Amino acid sequence: MTATPTSQLAERAPTIVRASAGQRAWRALMKAPPTAWFGLVVVTAYILIAVLAPAIAPYPETELVGNAYEEWSEVFPLGTDQLGRDMLSRLIYGARNTIGIAFVTTALSFVLGGLLGLLAVVLGGWIDQVLGRAIDVLMAIPQLIFALVLLSILGASVVNLILIIAVLDSTRVFRLTRAVAMNVVVLDFVEAARLQGEKLGWIMTREILPNILPPLVAEFGLRFCFVFLTISALSFLGLGIQPPTADWGSMVRENATLINYGDITPLLAAGAIALLTVSINFIVDWFLHKTSGLKE
Amino acid sequence: MNAILVTVLKRLGLGVITLFVVSIIISFVFELLPGDFAKAILGQSATPETVAAFQREKGLDRPPVERYLKWIGGVVVGDFGESYSGAGSLGGSKRPVAKLIAPRLSNTLFLAATAAIVAVPLALVLGLLAALYRNSLFDRVVNVVTLTSISTPEFFVAYILMLFLAVKLPWFYALANVSSDTPFLEHLARIALPVLTLVLVTVAQMMRMTRAAIINLLASPYIEMARLKGVPPRRIIVHHALPNAWAPIANVIALNLAYLVVGVVIVEVVFTYPGIGQLMVDAVSKRDMPVVQGCALIFAATYILLNLVADIVAIVTNPRLLHPR
Amino acid sequence: MELEKMKHLATKGKVSRREFIQFAVTTGMTIAAAQTMFSKVAKAEPKRGGFARIGVAHGSTSDTMDPGNYLDTGTQVPFWGAMSNSLTEVDAKGNVVGDLAESMEPADDGKSWVFKLRKGLTFHDGKDVTSEDVVASFRYHMGADSKSAAKSLLEAVADIKTDGKETVIFNLSGGNADFPYIASDYHIPIMPSKDGVVDANGTVRSGAFTFEKWEPGVSAKLKRNPNYHKSGMPYFDEIEVVSVADNAARMNALITGELHWIGRADLKTLNLLEKNPDIQITEVTGYGHYVYPMLTTVAPFDNVHVRQALKYAMNREDIAKKVFFGHAAPGNDNPIAPGIKFATNPEPIYAYDPDKAKFHLGKAGLTSLKVDLSVADTGFTGAVEAGVLYQEHAKAAGIDINLIREPNDGYWDNVWLKKGWCASYWSGRPTIDWMMTTVYAAGAAWNETAWSNARFNELLVAARGELDEAKRAGMYAEIQQLVHDDGGVVVVVFNNYVEAHSKKLAHGDVAPNWEADGLKLAERWWFA
Repeated sequence: MTATPTSQLAERAPTIVRASAGQRAWRALMKAPPTAWFGLVVVTAYILIAVLAPAIAPYPETELVGNAYEEWSEVFPLGTDQLGRDMLSRLIYGARNTIGIAFVTTALSFVLGGLLGLLAVVLGGWIDQVLGRAIDVLMAIPQLIFALVLLSILGASVVNLILIIAVLDSTRVFRLTRAVAMNVVVLDFVEAARLQGEKLGWIMTREILPNILPPLVAEFGLRFCFVFLTISALSFLGLGIQPPTADWGSMVRENATLINYGDITPLLAAGAIALLTVSINFIVDWFLHKTSGLKE
Repeated sequence: MNAILVTVLKRLGLGVITLFVVSIIISFVFELLPGDFAKAILGQSATPETVAAFQREKGLDRPPVERYLKWIGGVVVGDFGESYSGAGSLGGSKRPVAKLIAPRLSNTLFLAATAAIVAVPLALVLGLLAALYRNSLFDRVVNVVTLTSISTPEFFVAYILMLFLAVKLPWFYALANVSSDTPFLEHLARIALPVLTLVLVTVAQMMRMTRAAIINLLASPYIEMARLKGVPPRRIIVHHALPNAWAPIANVIALNLAYLVVGVVIVEVVFTYPGIGQLMVDAVSKRDMPVVQGCALIFAATYILLNLVADIVAIVTNPRLLHPR
Repeated sequence: MELEKMKHLATKGKVSRREFIQFAVTTGMTIAAAQTMFSKVAKAEPKRGGFARIGVAHGSTSDTMDPGNYLDTGTQVPFWGAMSNSLTEVDAKGNVVGDLAESMEPADDGKSWVFKLRKGLTFHDGKDVTSEDVVASFRYHMGADSKSAAKSLLEAVADIKTDGKETVIFNLSGGNADFPYIASDYHIPIMPSKDGVVDANGTVRSGAFTFEKWEPGVSAKLKRNPNYHKSGMPYFDEIEVVSVADNAARMNALITGELHWIGRADLKTLNLLEKNPDIQITEVTGYGHYVYPMLTTVAPFDNVHVRQALKYAMNREDIAKKVFFGHAAPGNDNPIAPGIKFATNPEPIYAYDPDKAKFHLGKAGLTSLKVDLSVADTGFTGAVEAGVLYQEHAKAAGIDINLIREPNDGYWDNVWLKKGWCASYWSGRPTIDWMMTTVYAAGAAWNETAWSNARFNELLVAARGELDEAKRAGMYAEIQQLVHDDGGVVVVVFNNYVEAHSKKLAHGDVAPNWEADGLKLAERWWFA
């Protein structure tokens, strides 16, 4: 809301604004706390690794390149796994698969849940009631077991995995969106837009969405990381990602028992997940802090 | 107060309808699942004749709608039906679902309650302290530790705890295989590690929400006012911010409590704790429909009730919601 | 370490006094000390007493007391092995011996078998074990309404009758020299009957332990039966069989001493567990084997050259080493374990040979091949990982195996016998006839390769009724050769039963017919 003068400016002279927006972002970045910097650097590194996986990884994702459980060495920097595949390469490809799947899943669940949530708030009435009750029913069914059953029915392909987790997760996004949007929709500027006869899509995306973004972004950060955990839990119960695809959730599961003997192999994948979670949430915290309007 | 009562009654009514719809969905999805109890129990050694004999005896040869109506008819009068599997230690040749679920449910509730007693106050205190000393080293450390603990798969947290606190340092039991005649103190000792695991995986979310909800309020004018008046920060947070932050916090606590009851199947498996989650997973894999339905209803009811409580907390702590326009 | 191994062998009577002392002296021990040590371990007579806690890898809340539906060790170990007896049992050397039966004699060229019960047998409630009970216990699995997994096993039994209180006569529809083996099956314990009907859900049996308490899927508690028919047995006063499905939890509970014995030790970490001075590992090569059966009626598996190409395209050594950590013997597409009577190892051995695989593909008129292989860990533990390796091995032969991970849940119902090629598991049968009749005979309900070979089927029936050992051996050699050359099964490995126990426990030779010392650990083991 504080940005109104700039946005008015934007309509008249876009070129000037782009520069100023970039400058503002840069200035904000310069003032960012070290934790946010840390988060940004780590996340950027993860994305680079994911995108460049085939170029960085010393070996292909699934090829058997050595004996089982080779020690850390120059040839295999992090040793090999049970089948003799290079651990480092699996981790790198794991970044690609895991982040990719988690991102698509979370994005899908936010689009779905967010859209329905906004619709429920803006349209209200029986649509709100029906959507609300339907989501209540979905949420009342134990998620993990429900996901397991659905995967058994539909088959455990990556696409099904993404769709099922996305739909189940979208229930929470719906509730959150609805809850925060409820407070915004009664505010005067939304009412004004309605009276002006603005279209539904306009009201949803231009009037409400920008004002409920902070809590949604915070939720996105956590949800994104929970996708790994769901995949790993499903893998624990017997249904995960199809082999020989490398993903961190399944990698923790496959090697978990080794921890009992001081072998830190399972910690690598678990650590990769944890580091990403912490980094993303550092960025989210910074963003929340910036949008909270708290001046210190 | 009347408004609350009306809300409660309305929500309970809706809850019953929700339960009913849940049971229909479960039945429907179950029909889509390939196989049935007979095939699951006989596994690789199933033959068409033995499967048919099973189906006749359990009434599985009847149409799904008829079976569902018979079952729901029983539920209305408080009869949850019988498990398809034969007698256990319960005597006779039948296993009533209610008798099967009761001890498991009490185990689960005991575990959930113990974990909640530890986790909820801990999360609140950590959250308040983190909000008070926000952006300090303390805040950051708590943040990193809790984020790391929730981003680690539960079973892995369990293995690590088991390794250090049961194997390396023999302080706790590795197995939590309690039974109905386990003495209370032993029961408590046996669930120490499962409780610790659950605390580690639930504290983070509640703590973060507490912190966020309070920080969110710190920018509001009335807090600004209090600060200008020179009220000490600690007092501002506890007396000014917290009372208005209860709604989102209660919501997250309710979600986590529901999780403690509904979602702990993995912790149960790792520590062999005879809870209701494992019962449901077993029943799903054996296609033991009445047991699955019974468990699903209990889980759904837990979720609905906890949400209701959270909403009531939200209403009670917010007069604007108490007197809607 | 070495000395420990020798002590262990001495306990089991596998080294003589002289060998032991010679060895001990080389480790720097005096002769006198070695002598005392030997007599200490070798004379480890079974001792009475103690409360043994046994951790099995299975168990579900839907387990039942009904022996027709004993599914896995969660019920087999407590309720058959400890609480019940069958007519016969298989000893540690793989021979069938009487259990409740004192003697068993064939008549009419093996078409009829006469079993005589031991004298003075009683059930836990004091009632005598009679021939009536035996007849009722068998009939329970046989009727039209039977829900028993043993129903097809007893299909060849035409009629059972009693001859006095202690004699039972089985009339079979065809000669079967191996019938006493069938009577040892864990589905068929003898249960008390009333008016010719048994209460299959009852907890009164005749075994070494009496029923105390059971929570399905959690644990079963049993107490020593003081009136057991085997003198001196059992040795434990009390046992508890605990279901611990999670590998790591089972290992940890053994290390912390909460369990004394665990089944299905985690192979991944076994070499590390071995280093624990308080833990002993037992390992026997069982009859059980892991297979990838192809439906020989479905293209491209209907071409014998495609089948042989796939057999040559697998590096079984590599799989045995990496998936089973060496605790398995590579298969040669003969489903008969080496320890079984009349077993052969047919030539040529299917060693990994991409060139031969290519050659056979060529004979099938192909230069490359793309096939689907459905796997899940329910098929066999390690099926997914072995499939991943197989996929890599087969690439060298121009074969592209598309690995499909199926859900564990409902696997036997949806995938097995339905998909063209999948993973499966056989715990094995103690005789060639039993194994082949169950899985490879034309028309068998579990013929997972849908294989039908006229010569094989003819030989199978002929060998079953043949009482001349030499002729029988020849027939069985040909039978195994046929499965090996023409059959549709890829036998990946014979798996070992790898189990671990605290050194507080002692035992004799471990039987290979089932896991947990032939499922009879509870009555055979003792506290040292």
